[in-house]
Amino acid sequence: MSLTRRHFLVLLPAAAIAWDSIIAGSPEAAPNYNMTDHWWGMLIDVTKCIGCGTCVQACQAENNVPDGYFRTWVERYHVSDWSIENPSVDSPDGGKHGFPSATKEGGKYFYVPKMCNHCADSPCTQVCPVGATFVSPDGIVLVDQKYCLGCRYCIQACPYGCRFLNPETNTASKCTLCYHRITRGLTTACCENCPTGARQLVDLKNPNDPVHKFIETHSVQVLKPHLATQAKAFYYGLDGSVR
Amino acid sequence: MADPKDAGHLFRMAAVFAAGIIGFLVVRSLFVPESFGQYGHYRGAALAEIAAKPVMFAGHGVCENCHIDVFNVKSNGVHAHVACESCHGPLAKHAADPTTLTPPKIDVAVLCLRCHEADLAKPKTFPQVVSADHSGKVVCDTCHQPHSPKIDSGASQ
Repeated sequence: MSLTRRHFLVLLPAAAIAWDSIIAGSPEAAPNYNMTDHWWGMLIDVTKCIGCGTCVQACQAENNVPDGYFRTWVERYHVSDWSIENPSVDSPDGGKHGFPSATKEGGKYFYVPKMCNHCADSPCTQVCPVGATFVSPDGIVLVDQKYCLGCRYCIQACPYGCRFLNPETNTASKCTLCYHRITRGLTTACCENCPTGARQLVDLKNPNDPVHKFIETHSVQVLKPHLATQAKAFYYGLDGSVR
Repeated sequence: MADPKDAGHLFRMAAVFAAGIIGFLVVRSLFVPESFGQYGHYRGAALAEIAAKPVMFAGHGVCENCHIDVFNVKSNGVHAHVACESCHGPLAKHAADPTTLTPPKIDVAVLCLRCHEADLAKPKTFPQVVSADHSGKVVCDTCHQPHSPKIDSGASQ
């Protein structure tokens, strides 16, 4: 045997470097979009939301979401007094057609748009048994439709209820943050169509993004922060009753 | 040192192990997609597949290329920040080929009220009406020009 222990130890780091480059693979081919330059999230300004449901309709049209399922939806909260532990919430058909006028006076009412929080440390991707769902290098939680078994484990794991089993494909489905749009330099369908600017796409790696600056300088909040999911859907003007 | 004549079974066992390992590697290479592990524990090619989906909403910038007249009216009104397709629907196909797909007619009675019907949850500063009291059954665009809806804006009467 010509390989001495000395030579073997010398070769170990070289092998580690070689293995690293195998794991990393070759860089992505898309010419105008470099995914390592971005880290996407969303800003939702609760104080601007008028509950019109345009975002829900736009999302459905853009992403071919089946009726009765939602990648984004709008909830209307009513807190009748000081008890923020017990809000009453309604969301008729995900708020897609707006809301019937609230009749009960007293307390406070407000709309809260909900969607995938694109957690950087997402519970849903951790439980996938086959590697069909993942956080992309630009910070978006995606589902590989060809690889998903439809076991629904991720649907149970999402603490925000943002996933569903698509009845047409029998695979898990969810908000892609309009990955096909933002990689082309567009904003998401919901942000594009929100008439009041309550929803805005944010690039957390771009220091000059005005929405990024807004998050930097204003009091914002994520949903269920105690779960430490590193959620990237930031809410401005959120009430403590929202779960 | 063991007698070499007794070592045969060791070589046979090693051969079985080697065949097993090679078999495993062959089967693994057949079942694991090529791009699996490119960026992490998933199929790297999935990113490009998801990104390749067609766009349905062209974006207001595209509309303005042709409909500059509407854009001029709209940009001076209170609907300046409402994107065209918020009301007119997804029209990327129309933008790609204006002749084949024309925008559907808007049901003004339904559309306006989705935003402007009064509700306690809406921000107090947002213009709201109780439609039954506001105009009875007269549809909104009788008085309000949707692209610049303020009555004294010139566009509306």
